Amino acid sequence: MTALVAILLRDTRVAVRIGGGALMAVLFFLVVVTLIPFALGPDLALLQRIGPAILWLAALLASLLALDRLFGGDHEDGSLDLILMGRAPLELVVLTKGIAHWLTTGLPLVCAAPLIGLILDLDARAALALVLTLLVGTPALTFIGLVGAAIAVTLRRGGLLVAVLVLPLAVPVLIFGVAAANAAIAGPVSFGTPFTVLCALTLASFVVGPFAAAAALRQEIE
Amino acid sequence: MAIVDLANPSRFLNFANRAIPWLGGVTLIAFAFAINQTLAAPDDYQQGATVKIMFLHVPGAWLGMLGFALMSIAALGTLVWRHPLADVAAKAAAPIGAAFTLMCLITGSLWGRPMWGTYWVWDARLTSVLVLFLIYLGIIAVWRTVEDPSRAARAAAIFTLVGALDLPIIKFSVEWWNTLHQGASVLRLGAPTIDSSILIPLLAMTVAFTFLFVTLLLAAMRNEILRRRVRTLRLMRASAAS
Repeated sequence: MTALVAILLRDTRVAVRIGGGALMAVLFFLVVVTLIPFALGPDLALLQRIGPAILWLAALLASLLALDRLFGGDHEDGSLDLILMGRAPLELVVLTKGIAHWLTTGLPLVCAAPLIGLILDLDARAALALVLTLLVGTPALTFIGLVGAAIAVTLRRGGLLVAVLVLPLAVPVLIFGVAAANAAIAGPVSFGTPFTVLCALTLASFVVGPFAAAAALRQEIE
Repeated sequence: MAIVDLANPSRFLNFANRAIPWLGGVTLIAFAFAINQTLAAPDDYQQGATVKIMFLHVPGAWLGMLGFALMSIAALGTLVWRHPLADVAAKAAAPIGAAFTLMCLITGSLWGRPMWGTYWVWDARLTSVLVLFLIYLGIIAVWRTVEDPSRAARAAAIFTLVGALDLPIIKFSVEWWNTLHQGASVLRLGAPTIDSSILIPLLAMTVAFTFLFVTLLLAAMRNEILRRRVRTLRLMRASAAS
């Protein structure tokens, strides 16, 4: 147990100190959300209607790009080999690293979302629904991303491969996340229905992600 | 010779060399019969002759999903039982299954234009089949990106098993959601709801396409085994020269 706590603290500390993690993800989030009105035009009514979808897409892409920080640093300096040789179960170690990664990249996105949503004219109710769905959905994105990051960890230029692997698996999270965020604003569907499915997806990814990622790490590093 | 002897690549190559011409012949005969049945099938009272796109669309869907199920079993063979030819089968099946899924998507789109008025709609079944196609492409990408075949095999196997969660979603998508795509008419509890004049050509085309799948799979597996031998020989020659 202390090993896992130690990994959690270490990863969090490293991510906070090295920089380029949390703030870079939030910055990328902001840049993407800024780009889209340039493409769509400044019609604020349109932007308000598709605001939750834009924010969800930007959060997905920001999570995706932050994924190579999960195992990349540890693979480069050899800590990953030490972790694999250690006594702590690899699945739990990977789960802990995923939690640490979410705390340092996903959670800042959730906090920044309502502020950045202001440029899309997001009102308070929509912002609250969006924050709830992102809070539940970004862990799912991180844990699904664990699988892609583990498969591509030994590749030097595997960035696009991670995207190609993770994005199809993240589609259900995106669908239900946006459905829940939109349901709070408009539409006959209640917020709870897609939200509970989103919670289910996150819980499932907590199990599937670490097991698949641990298996992939064992195969890749031999 | 028991079937387990086929796990030996050389014995498998012998078997494939003898089996592929026969399977190819059976495929041609099956297609001849199936196309005959298709041309003789009656036109639908509403859709006219357009209903016959179904005879390409449904086998494509079934074989795309069968291909992925085959790859999932092969993935288990690689990871759990370390079967020597499991990864060869998985690598060979991926492009073939992807091609059948693409055929399903394209024929479905062409069928949807006159029937539904649109080439595409984002309902549950079409979306989940499109996601299946993307997962196929991801698996092919893993095979092409990782250089060592055995490591690529294990990475692709893990990703295949994670992606296999999409298969029940596709099958039950028409029940779980309100979809524009019609519900299950053949593989369902209770008898099929299609008239036999349409069901027989459909099954004939499915059988023909399945024989085609198996023939192409064996040929691709043979190619992959030979490709690995060439690679090993090249590596041996390169290390002997240095």
